[in-house]
Amino acid sequence: MSKFAKKKSGELPAVSTASLPDIVFMLLFFFMTVTVMKDSSLKVENNLPSASEIKKLEKKDRVITIYVGKPTPEYAKVFGTESKIQLNDKFADPSDVGDFILMERAKKSQELQNVLTTSLKVDKNANMGIISDIKEELRKVNALKVNYTTVTGDAFTNLQ
Amino acid sequence: MGRRAGAPEVNAGSMADIAFLLLIFFLVTTTIETDAGLDRMLPPIEPPEDDVVIKQKNIFQVSINKNNQLLADDELTEIRNLKAKAVAFLDNNGDGTCSYCKGAKDAESSDNPTKAIISLKNDRETKYSTYITVQNELVGAYNELRNRESMRLFNRPFVDLEAEYLNPETDDDLKEELKEKVKRIQDMYPQKLSEAETSSN
Repeated sequence: MSKFAKKKSGELPAVSTASLPDIVFMLLFFFMTVTVMKDSSLKVENNLPSASEIKKLEKKDRVITIYVGKPTPEYAKVFGTESKIQLNDKFADPSDVGDFILMERAKKSQELQNVLTTSLKVDKNANMGIISDIKEELRKVNALKVNYTTVTGDAFTNLQ
Repeated sequence: MGRRAGAPEVNAGSMADIAFLLLIFFLVTTTIETDAGLDRMLPPIEPPEDDVVIKQKNIFQVSINKNNQLLADDELTEIRNLKAKAVAFLDNNGDGTCSYCKGAKDAESSDNPTKAIISLKNDRETKYSTYITVQNELVGAYNELRNRESMRLFNRPFVDLEAEYLNPETDDDLKEELKEKVKRIQDMYPQKLSEAETSSN
């Protein structure tokens, strides 16, 4: 009888927090492994258009990215408000695209060099003129596989 | 006498705090993104050796002008109606050789899906967003037809099949099997989307 009586007198036992660090570490490792650090900061506006019939770009190491858009306000004073191309960290002309692709291609390992995709991240408000110039340059260096990178969504929202 | 008790224990109570700090840092900086978009192949720069003559009726001409208006087969068209028009053109089956087509068999439109070509032309002043929408609709037209055939043959939409085929986590045996299916559907409605050079006026 005393066995049962004793328990009643005690207060709620404190929850052990000893395993809290373990749980937090687990989460920490998860985020550490999935994190991709940005390798270049954007100097152009980059609101991608939306599209619905898209394919995923798997394997980051096979992708070369070209950004196109208006320079952001801090660069607009120097570079104007016309759409510009950004390669890695600097602004470039369409004529630089070919060299850039060749350089990036040379950096990749031999077996990847033939399966590279060029991802075009172009701002919604850019004109097709600059895109055509880029496409022309890409054709010159035989980088024919392109991906017009978009966000998932209804394509008709682009028209508004 | 305190020495004899051995090394004092390090207080690990604040470990959780430190771990939390790191965790929050990574939480904030993480962007889990897989890029996606419309895949296209550009035409090679060397012109093909032999000039193939293509009948006018086998070409579906889509042009976008600088005011983002759309001309499809010489008719001013709303972008919303483009997909239906493209589907009708691809699926027309004018010469009756395509057994799986359900088109109108209009003699003035394309002969069969393997000959039908969609040509997209744009102006330098065309907005990129319009261009993407049009591309999206044209790819959508192909996907609609391919999905239809894929559902009939394999009871699964084509985009599904293709996504699984392209997924690097799919194992090799399944990939072989999927490759055949994907290829078969692709051959039924080959994507012939030509991007002509841009006009400057």
